[in-house]
Amino acid sequence: MAHKVRLPTPTAIYSVRSTMMRGPIATVEEIAAAIPDGALVALPREIDGAAMAAIGALVRRGARDLRVLCVPQGGLQVDILIGAGCVAALETSAVSLGEHGPAACFQRAVAAASLALRDSTCPAIHAGLRAGEAGIPFMALGGVLGSDLVRHRPDWRVIDNPLAKSGDPILVVPALRPDVALFHAPKADHEGNVWIGARRTLMTMAHAAGTTFVTVEEVVDDNFLEDEALAAGTIPALYIEGVVSVPGGARPLGLAGYYARDDAHLAIYAAAARTQAGFADYLAEHIVAARAAE
Amino acid sequence: MSDPAYRREELLITAIARLLEPCRSVAVGSASPITGAAALLAQAQSGGRLRVSLLGSHRHNPFTNGGVELFDCAAQGRIDAFFLGGGQIDGAANLNLVGIGAYPRLSVRWPGSFGSAHLYHLIPRVILFREEHTRRVLVPRVDFISAAGPTSNDVNRRGGPYALVTGRCLFLFDRARRRFRLASVHPGHDAGEIAEHTGFAFDRPPEVPVTPVPDSRTVAVLRERVAVGIAEVYPRFAETVFGAARTAA
Repeated sequence: MAHKVRLPTPTAIYSVRSTMMRGPIATVEEIAAAIPDGALVALPREIDGAAMAAIGALVRRGARDLRVLCVPQGGLQVDILIGAGCVAALETSAVSLGEHGPAACFQRAVAAASLALRDSTCPAIHAGLRAGEAGIPFMALGGVLGSDLVRHRPDWRVIDNPLAKSGDPILVVPALRPDVALFHAPKADHEGNVWIGARRTLMTMAHAAGTTFVTVEEVVDDNFLEDEALAAGTIPALYIEGVVSVPGGARPLGLAGYYARDDAHLAIYAAAARTQAGFADYLAEHIVAARAAE
Repeated sequence: MSDPAYRREELLITAIARLLEPCRSVAVGSASPITGAAALLAQAQSGGRLRVSLLGSHRHNPFTNGGVELFDCAAQGRIDAFFLGGGQIDGAANLNLVGIGAYPRLSVRWPGSFGSAHLYHLIPRVILFREEHTRRVLVPRVDFISAAGPTSNDVNRRGGPYALVTGRCLFLFDRARRRFRLASVHPGHDAGEIAEHTGFAFDRPPEVPVTPVPDSRTVAVLRERVAVGIAEVYPRFAETVFGAARTAA
């Protein structure tokens, strides 16, 4: 682990590694700048904590050719990135706005064949990340056989269980090693450790990714690793490139224990995104203007 | 039925809950308010014996190892029942959650396969639910197999379809014949109508029973207890279907 780094402001913390590499990450705009065009970016389920403020910053910086990995499914985050033209490739088990209906930008991009789309299934994405965090080339996974997903994934293989006496087919999927994991979490400490509680998928994402950027509700003067109850739900700073304090950083989505999803806003989004023009208006009003207002 | 004592959704919830009676653990995936309510009803009727996991819920979430834990539990045989649907379902119980057309050039794109491809193989009692019962949905052959129905080639397959519940009827799936059999029609529907609106061939007995309707006690449990539980994940659904019950929370 990195040695202690005390920072002048409680709203910005960073690891020693990022200090040496590119200086402190203090804003979502700096997170967006640190995620290069073409990067493979892993995004969480929305109930695990979506870094919506940072997604907005990616749109504002005009990110291009991102390859997005939804862990394991997408919604508002990836629909906005697709609509804004930031995404060249997508691997996901599904994209939807849930109770608010279809993800229209995603649907338009599929219809226009403007996305390199890898359809997957939730546990295959988890399995790939498990292989990634273990540093091994693939992971075996039960089920899935007979699905057309297998036919359309040249990177997947059905093999015979090498430990069985005779034919026992099983799917193997390649390791997933995202360049970047990006999510929103409840809190960080001054050491750069990030507390995620029981949202263990975020831990796997951080382990598997080359680097991780996190926005948090608050930064507290503590060291989570010194308290075992907190340490069990903490991503150590060694996996994390930058943490930025952004209260409300998941809005209009929710963060359990902090604030609820803004369903009225999501209904506005879903209605606007039905047309590209409506989406452009939404972007101008809610994403671009968000920066101008600061 | 000018003044039914139950709502359409309550009939479906009750019919699905009945299919869960022998189960000890059931999991419910995303975008599933009716099946989620059915799981909560079955739990209430089991005296709490049934363990329910609702995706998106904090109150009904027994997991601490992230999104993968449901799949790990299913693969180990810890989950007895699950629900799946599909934009298309065919007579061999193949499910399509991806879209219409020749993949990847689809004319209509749906969200995607979610965890269906995996769970369908591994959970013994998968209950298919799709309210729309038309030839558009119940097709001779799905355009894309997100999750495959049982086949003659299956090796060591534990899981698969048990029943298909629609807005018109209940089918049970015969694993040996790999066909659906009409088990009951909901009140106000009949077997002729089912055949007219079903795009695949299915078996049917000479006399088709009517799906039992929820009694007043069941309706009370739905509106008082289930409504509160399901509102945590599906507030709009709870408000629309159970109305004022939600304020009881």
